Amino acid sequence: MADYKALISELTRIASTPDKSIAESMKETGKEAFGCFPLHTPEELVYAAGYLPVGLWGGKTDLKLSDKFLQGFCCTIIKANLEFGMNGTYKMLKGVIIPALCDTLKCVSENWIYACPDIPVIPIVYPMLRKIEGGEKYCVEEFRHVQKRLEEISGRAIPDKAIEAAFIVYEDYRATMREFVRVASDHPLTFDAKTRHLVIKAAYFMDKIKYTYIVKDIINEVKQLPKEKAQLRIIASGIVSEPVELLDILTENGIAIVGDDLSQESRNWRTPARKEGTALEKMAGMIADQKGDTFLYEQEKYKGAMLIDQVKNEAADGVIYFQMKFCDPEEFDYPIVKKELEAAGIPLLYLEVDQLLDSVEQLRTRIQSFAELLV
Amino acid sequence: MAEKKMTSKQMLAAMQAKHYDDAMKAKAEGKPVVWSASIGMQELLETMDLTVVYPENHAAAIGARKCAPELIANAEGRGYSTDLCSYARVNIGYADLANSPAQNIPLPDMVFCCDNLCHTVMKWYENLAKALNIPMIHIHTPFVYEDDVPQRSVEYMRTEVEYAIKQLEELTGKKFDYDRLAEVMHSSNQTAYWWKKAYSLGMKNPSPLSGFDMFNYMAVAVCMRGKPEGAELFQLWHDELAAKSEAGLGPWKEGEEELYRVMWDGIACWPNLSFTFKTLKKNGINMVCSTYPDIWNLQYDETSINALCAEYARHYANRNLKYSVDIISKHVEEYKLDGIIYHSNRSCKLMDFRTYEIQRQVQERTGVPSVIFDGDQTDPRIFSEAQYETRIQALLEVMAARKEGK
Ligand code: SF4
Ligand code: SF4
Repeated sequence: MADYKALISELTRIASTPDKSIAESMKETGKEAFGCFPLHTPEELVYAAGYLPVGLWGGKTDLKLSDKFLQGFCCTIIKANLEFGMNGTYKMLKGVIIPALCDTLKCVSENWIYACPDIPVIPIVYPMLRKIEGGEKYCVEEFRHVQKRLEEISGRAIPDKAIEAAFIVYEDYRATMREFVRVASDHPLTFDAKTRHLVIKAAYFMDKIKYTYIVKDIINEVKQLPKEKAQLRIIASGIVSEPVELLDILTENGIAIVGDDLSQESRNWRTPARKEGTALEKMAGMIADQKGDTFLYEQEKYKGAMLIDQVKNEAADGVIYFQMKFCDPEEFDYPIVKKELEAAGIPLLYLEVDQLLDSVEQLRTRIQSFAELLV
Repeated sequence: MAEKKMTSKQMLAAMQAKHYDDAMKAKAEGKPVVWSASIGMQELLETMDLTVVYPENHAAAIGARKCAPELIANAEGRGYSTDLCSYARVNIGYADLANSPAQNIPLPDMVFCCDNLCHTVMKWYENLAKALNIPMIHIHTPFVYEDDVPQRSVEYMRTEVEYAIKQLEELTGKKFDYDRLAEVMHSSNQTAYWWKKAYSLGMKNPSPLSGFDMFNYMAVAVCMRGKPEGAELFQLWHDELAAKSEAGLGPWKEGEEELYRVMWDGIACWPNLSFTFKTLKKNGINMVCSTYPDIWNLQYDETSINALCAEYARHYANRNLKYSVDIISKHVEEYKLDGIIYHSNRSCKLMDFRTYEIQRQVQERTGVPSVIFDGDQTDPRIFSEAQYETRIQALLEVMAARKEGK
């Protein structure tokens, strides 16, 4: 019988030391690493190309070099990624994929060419008119374009059957994660805010098959245990719920994250794939079928309604909006979400976060008062 | 007595006034009003004979008349971050208050978006559609990271246009008339042709054109590109400038000599238009060209919808960095520039986050000096007169030294 506690701490260790974890995964798999910027990056193609896909979601660093390219009002995920590219932290990457899903990402895919000339960049555009036939077709063509660039970089052809196989690996991963967040919601003490986050984040630095296998083991064990009761249950919305010190403050105040609408987490797997079509068509289908995603055009703007549903389904006490500083697409969604949650009588805490935030202390009082309001 | 012919300046003022009056009248008569992104595919709306107003143009007018703060405060009061594009904050504030002493426009019955300038505008229009509970039509123009618009993007955009036409037909209950579209495409081409021909007179030495005028005339390039009057205005403006140039006249009054020729990258600082202009002028610096008004030079094969699609994706702001460097370097040559002023516009991440690298590469390729200053197109809280003056002074010194060295 697997010791779920040991497995959980193994994953939290992996997530907390990305450099080391990536090196370990490269060694274990014998694969070279390829970087995947946020958001919705087609990791399946990277996997099919025989690379180890690595998620690049910023991190803590001293920003020294990226200022050469970006003004102060750029989100820190991108500043940190560029810094890591320029200062050699990413030297093990054979390339990076950057999706053009916001204005900052469009620009950084261009800057990268000159800032990090040794790490090739593959840009990808996702269709905003993703539901019309031409949109889905375009999405598949963009995937093909990425495939071609990966083939050029690796010097290896990527057969369609490798893409189909990779898709199966990722579908298994996504289904497992859908189950994981359900189990975590039932066990909010085992998976306190930080643990839950780190367990999920570890996937970005590991082979997906191995990761999925471990998470399944954890699920099978924890599922048997009695359900746990957190003092307060909240839903997290945003790009990422970092810095992790903030999550400790949540736990100190009895707050557990029992469901999320985060780009780094559930937005990746909450939409099930269609049954019909090739792997690439199903991947395009997933983009088309996404609901309430900040970065994909949606005139109905379902995000607020979805958060309200999530609060009900998870018997949550409120929502925390992790606003990544300088992320305008998320900033545009906030007033709409705010109005809808207020109308539904759901408490909402807006936290402007920034991964470099050295002192999360200033947010402590706001979290405390929010917790007091909820109990 | 023969009626005195209008000058282009008078014509511009009359056209702008009429543009807004007509929109108010149309609304009062119960006709649908559309709010469109500034480089939206107006050809489709004009073909349907819809009344269109352009929030970016409106926000600029509000900014220039120094009335933006009240609207910005409204938007920010409702949860909109100070970090967002100030055109969006002004317009979203206006959509709530429906009143500004600067200029009123009717509220929309539909929004029509095109993200060839930025992703921001898509989010902004989503919010308008949601808040006002009205339909939205959106045309996505994929960012062009390759050397030109790839065929797959054109084909995708073609299906978007077909879908947009279907939506327009459903919303108006009218059939889309392709013959009319051909006429509108022709008028639009004509407007763009004369627009470019007029502002290209900035290449003359001295330039008969004072570049800040471009920012004013641009209103018609934005709002009336598909109408024959657009071409008429720009032809008249062109003829005036050409006559001026033939007479050997420069941009300003006699005795005010154009000593240095510069390019302005980015949008104007509308609330500080006069200060930014005068600071240059008193030093003999004339802005002879700008990358921004250039964007409305949309010319295409009038017989092809695919060509129309490609052209909408092809302009400066939607292209890769290499293209920007090429274009600006070409401007340096064609306009015989002495310097470049880059506006680091707090509103516009799309333009800003490439500026540093573009500046470096252009400088390396052409040797022409440049400066970057901090400002904002409509939010007056960012721009600092002192910083602007210092930067211009620094540019002036290098330009002067280079002139002496020549
Ligand atoms: S602005 Fe937002 S979406 Fe864009 S890169 Fe930054 S965090 Fe990601
Ligand atoms: S100023 Fe920039 S961000 Fe704002 S609408 Fe224009 S292009 Fe978009």
